[in-house]
Amino acid sequence: MLHLPPVPLSWYLILSAILFTLGVAGFLYRKSVITVFMSIELMLNAVNLSFVSFSYELRRIDGHIYSFFVMVVAAAEAAVGLAIILTVFRNRGTLQIDEIDSMKL
Amino acid sequence: MDTILFIIFAVVAIVCAFNLVLQKHPISSALSLIGVMGSLAVLYLLLGAEFIAMAQMIVYGGAVMVLFIFVIMLLNAGTEKSSGKSWFAQIAGLPLLLAFVALLGVLIRGVLPPMRTVRFGSWVGGTAQRIGLMLFTQYLLPFEVISILILIAILGAVVLARKEIE
Amino acid sequence: MNFWLIPLFPLIGFLLNGLFGKRLSKSAVNVIGIGSIAVSFVYVVIVLSRLYPLDAARSEHYFTWIQSGFLQVGFDLTVDRLTAVMLLIVTGVGLLIHIYAAGYMEHEGGYYRFFSYFNLFVFFMLLLVLASNLLLMFVGWEGVGLCSYLLVGFYFTEDFAGKAANKAFIVNRIGDFGFSLGIFLIVVTFKTLDFGKIAASVATMPVEAAAGTLTAITLLLFVGATGKSAQLPLYVWLPDAMAAPTPVSALIHAATMVTAGVYMIARVSFLYSHAPLAMQVVAVIGLATAVFAATIGITQNDIKRVFAYSTVSQLGYMFLGVGIGAYSAGIFHLMTHAFFKALLFLGAGSVIHGLGGEQDLRHMGGLRKAMPITFITLGIASLAISGFPGFSGFYSKDAILSAAYTHAPWMFWVGAFTAGMTAFYVFRAYFLAFFGTYRGHQHAHESPLSMTLPLIVLAILAAFGGFLNVPAWLSPLFPLAEHENATAMVISAAFGIGGIVLAVVLYVVRPSLAESLKTRAGSFYTLVLNKYYVDEFYSAAVVKPLESLSRVVLWKGVDKAVIDTSLVNGSGRVVRGWGALLRQLQSGSIRNYATWVLAGSLLVIFVLGLVGDAR
Repeated sequence: MLHLPPVPLSWYLILSAILFTLGVAGFLYRKSVITVFMSIELMLNAVNLSFVSFSYELRRIDGHIYSFFVMVVAAAEAAVGLAIILTVFRNRGTLQIDEIDSMKL
Repeated sequence: MDTILFIIFAVVAIVCAFNLVLQKHPISSALSLIGVMGSLAVLYLLLGAEFIAMAQMIVYGGAVMVLFIFVIMLLNAGTEKSSGKSWFAQIAGLPLLLAFVALLGVLIRGVLPPMRTVRFGSWVGGTAQRIGLMLFTQYLLPFEVISILILIAILGAVVLARKEIE
Repeated sequence: MNFWLIPLFPLIGFLLNGLFGKRLSKSAVNVIGIGSIAVSFVYVVIVLSRLYPLDAARSEHYFTWIQSGFLQVGFDLTVDRLTAVMLLIVTGVGLLIHIYAAGYMEHEGGYYRFFSYFNLFVFFMLLLVLASNLLLMFVGWEGVGLCSYLLVGFYFTEDFAGKAANKAFIVNRIGDFGFSLGIFLIVVTFKTLDFGKIAASVATMPVEAAAGTLTAITLLLFVGATGKSAQLPLYVWLPDAMAAPTPVSALIHAATMVTAGVYMIARVSFLYSHAPLAMQVVAVIGLATAVFAATIGITQNDIKRVFAYSTVSQLGYMFLGVGIGAYSAGIFHLMTHAFFKALLFLGAGSVIHGLGGEQDLRHMGGLRKAMPITFITLGIASLAISGFPGFSGFYSKDAILSAAYTHAPWMFWVGAFTAGMTAFYVFRAYFLAFFGTYRGHQHAHESPLSMTLPLIVLAILAAFGGFLNVPAWLSPLFPLAEHENATAMVISAAFGIGGIVLAVVLYVVRPSLAESLKTRAGSFYTLVLNKYYVDEFYSAAVVKPLESLSRVVLWKGVDKAVIDTSLVNGSGRVVRGWGALLRQLQSGSIRNYATWVLAGSLLVIFVLGLVGDAR
């Protein structure tokens, strides 16, 4: 087996940052509402990774707890959000985010 | 060994994330997201978070993503069509994003104090037993609140997704 | 002693009639309106009889009204011999005129309003007279001006009445401006406004050093008197104020309010005694006004206007009196004038009432058979004002003219000549109204008892009031300097009788002579008939420039352009502009919103990172 030096924790954090940024990119550049929603899930996952990394660093379980809560909330949010998307689709017939723009001055 | 695992799964995660952003059809994006979640679960295991890794796969991969795919199929979401409305997002987005990731990188490398290295098995503190203990002692209130939140979410989802009563 | 009760009753009358008068019957309004003055009069008599002989002034302090730095002004009322005279005049003659008004205003609308304003006037006048300090007096001063405005504009549906009311008030204000400046100077110089304290201060002041300040103060106060008491140049409001109902003309513009200026000067005589220049100014202006107004009175055709100019002229006499230092003579004439001038106006009102509203002398004539009581009482008043020997006016006018004779003979001669003119124009009006053939179309009738009774009472006072020796009564306050001068008495009486005789000739014996004189005088006659065009001059020189300044500069320039357009609309436009700009943010596009969120969070993380680094 190759003996590669162990990975410093900062790499995990940088990975988390990259994933988060990709999530934001998805949010900004995708046009379908569902894809935008998935980008949000990606962002939440990146944050979870960050929590767990810090939990490892500090040798405390609290980060896991937070991560657990994030997951629960993300699940609930996904459920309700998709229900909303369903309703919006029923009312407007479209899933393109740019066409759902009536909340403006 | 840990290093190789990390590199492989980190790369998988990043590639899948890119795929999510770049794919045209939502189904492809959903599958990419599943890939990300799976790689993240492995990374959690590397970090000694067994319970979280398991919860990730079950909750996210098993429930949330399935829900997503169901909805995509239900709504027959097709490929996207471009429109010229959000030009500001498209133009200003890229530089902002690059600035964002650069800033985070600088902060992580420069500001944070030097941290440990990750070795699988060096910390076995992420057991279900310990999480359960914390949840029911120190984090009892958030736990209860979360349960009510889920209840509300269920009600909300049921009400919203119902067919209109004629 | 409770002096405050004296003005309280008219105030209650005002409130009751003002607030509830609309729902009360006419007799109830009468009871409240007349009753309040009657009670006040009775109380004045009681107070004065208790305070008799009133050698020293009695003051009552009720509460401290203003306490600011060194200035302390209290709500204080003082009664001394001068106040006693004024109180009796205001409440006594006021009571008679109120009774008269009940008859006169019988068929007029706004009955309760009239009496409430009338009562309010008496309240303010009493306050003016009773005040212990200049500020409280000024409250009364302004208050009577306000009531004058309200009552002159009583028939507010008529355009002329409204304008006359405005004129009265505004011209008064000009005088009051001078008065206020005088008050300010007094505050600065004496640090107090109390009459007693100022008198004490003046007595100890070095005469030469203070002369300048005192002259300034007294001249400024006199400006106020010019406005209130209708002297040159601020007399123009009084003739127009005849638009008021006749009882108002009698009470306010003859007997009481217009005399406030004379009273004021008498009240602060200790200031005037130290400012001889001011006194000379007062005397000269008083005399000039007397002559000026008398000449105009000769030509006027409206009976009330004749008497209005007569009032201005007689007030000039009073100012002449106080100006030459004969304060008690001036106040004596104030009292007799109140009697006979009120009687003249009330008589005129009786004639007008009997003729159903006619005021033009050219449409009257031969009324002595139809209105006998009015005929006799007006005759008595005319004799009194002409200074016919034995009547009240003779004694008071003679007191002034005698003092003038010793002070400066030229003043005496001018005054005596004016007395002749006075007799002439009054009897001209009298003969035109009561003698000859009736030139009008009305059915003349005598007035009701409520009107004739006050006429009779006032006639008695006008006839015998001269025997009330006011100068002797006031001698503790104003040392008797003037001696009875027999020569002067005879000469002034001669002028008076001469004037009467001339009027008899021109208007009874040979009326055509009057007409031919009129045409011979020609343009001079027109000049005098039109009051020397003073009103027109004021209008052109003061009113119109002020109006156009107001309209062009202040309205169009400042108000419209600067305030409306730039400031108000401008700020609106700026806000709207920014709003339109910022509205672009709310585009409805979620992706744009997210971009902004990203930018914001980037900024926040950056700042937090910097702060964290610094730590």
